[in-house]
Amino acid sequence: MRNALSYHERWSEAWRSPEPKPGYDVVIIGGGGHGLATAYHLARDHGIGNVAVLEKGWLGGGNTGRNTVTVRSNYLRDPSIRFFERSRRLYEDLSATLNFNVMFSRRGQIDLIQTWAKWRDVRRRSLSMALVDAEYTIITPGEIVRRVPLVELDPKARLPILGGAWHPGAGIARHDAVAWGYARAADAAGVDIIQNCEVTGIRRAGGRVTGVETTRGTIMAPRISVAVAGHASVVAAMAGLRLPIETVPLQAFVSAPLKPVLDVVLNCPALHVYLAQTDKGELIIGGGADGYTSYAQRGSIHVIEQSVAALIDLMPRLGRVAMLRQWAGMIDLAWDTSPIISTTPVGGLFVDVGWGSGGFKAIPASGEAFAQLIATGEPPELIRPFGLDRFLRGRPVLETAGASNRE
Amino acid sequence: MFLIPCPFCGQRNEEEFVSGGEARRRPDDPASLDDAAWADHLFNRDNTKGVVREWWWHARGCRLWFMVERDTLNQAISPAEKPP
Repeated sequence: MRNALSYHERWSEAWRSPEPKPGYDVVIIGGGGHGLATAYHLARDHGIGNVAVLEKGWLGGGNTGRNTVTVRSNYLRDPSIRFFERSRRLYEDLSATLNFNVMFSRRGQIDLIQTWAKWRDVRRRSLSMALVDAEYTIITPGEIVRRVPLVELDPKARLPILGGAWHPGAGIARHDAVAWGYARAADAAGVDIIQNCEVTGIRRAGGRVTGVETTRGTIMAPRISVAVAGHASVVAAMAGLRLPIETVPLQAFVSAPLKPVLDVVLNCPALHVYLAQTDKGELIIGGGADGYTSYAQRGSIHVIEQSVAALIDLMPRLGRVAMLRQWAGMIDLAWDTSPIISTTPVGGLFVDVGWGSGGFKAIPASGEAFAQLIATGEPPELIRPFGLDRFLRGRPVLETAGASNRE
Repeated sequence: MFLIPCPFCGQRNEEEFVSGGEARRRPDDPASLDDAAWADHLFNRDNTKGVVREWWWHARGCRLWFMVERDTLNQAISPAEKPP
């Protein structure tokens, strides 16, 4: 309160900015939500506090700051549902766990059903999700319009709305707060968070990692964990590792702030657009991925045009709303579009990559499970299906529930 | 939005094309590979940050395949090659 009345100039730092030490027990590459959550859980659950998180820019400045903040668990495959439901439940208590308000708002999500194939898909998912007590039920078009008056039912539309799928556990959270909350909690547990420190090489000897070269000098560590989004292949290549990953742009945009018009997350998988309204009043809107690999952090305008066309088709009243900002995040996608949390053929090197369009919602469960993998060398049951060896063994987790999936 | 030089039709809008991914050489003798080498060929990618040699398909044009070199940082594209 006192700080609020003094022009916000006297707040103390929420975490230290230490100089890197010559060596650590674990070095985590990537200071986004995943890296920070992993560091927090290493310190809290496994007593490994001699950890450095290296971030090439600023905390949460990569995909943690570029996503559309949706948290949900309506996936297709059993391992994905189990994992994302665990993560969603951790989000519910995250503010209390971290003693930092992450503004998680469990407002529910409606998926529009516009084809009979989607109807069957939703029915299948609802039964799979019931196995882990996650609710996903079919609602009528009338109920959709009652809850979201913006939606206009047009019986002559090419894809008329046949119904919806209601996922009451879904919600949105404040992305920066998630990164800051984990950063403060990890820092309090002794983790060194080092910003403006880009990793330029990974040192190896005898098939094992020994340390990293960075723009702030060499840092030795027997265990190196890659929690990078948009550059997973680039970092893995520093250790001579090739990954089954391609990097593509995924675009999003934000409207001017409006009065409250939408109190759920509304997703339209058939036309590739989804949106939610933030507490500030902006509509945050995501579309489909661009169709080519790129590291440019921008995408093509016709992909946005497609999303906007879909939006206006569903909600004609949004046609006069001004859009404020538009951007792209680079998403790393494995061909089965499931993440990779795994040991690697390089000793001491762990990867937590390939989150595609679903990294934000995964932060709490991924941090928890990845920390256990790093601490014990053994993946917990929750992430065992997401190992790097699944491709070699012919056991991919073919997922269809990401924003990057084409229907 | 960028233009792609189709070797058969000339410069055309990106929307007419489908990306075929990075150009990879099929192993000369697939039967002699072990599972790891075959999985590496099937699934792993260089996913280069910089210039990549890749396939494009002029799906909404002449419907032919060709290769270009494209910079994944700025989408600058070299003249296309016809397939061998």
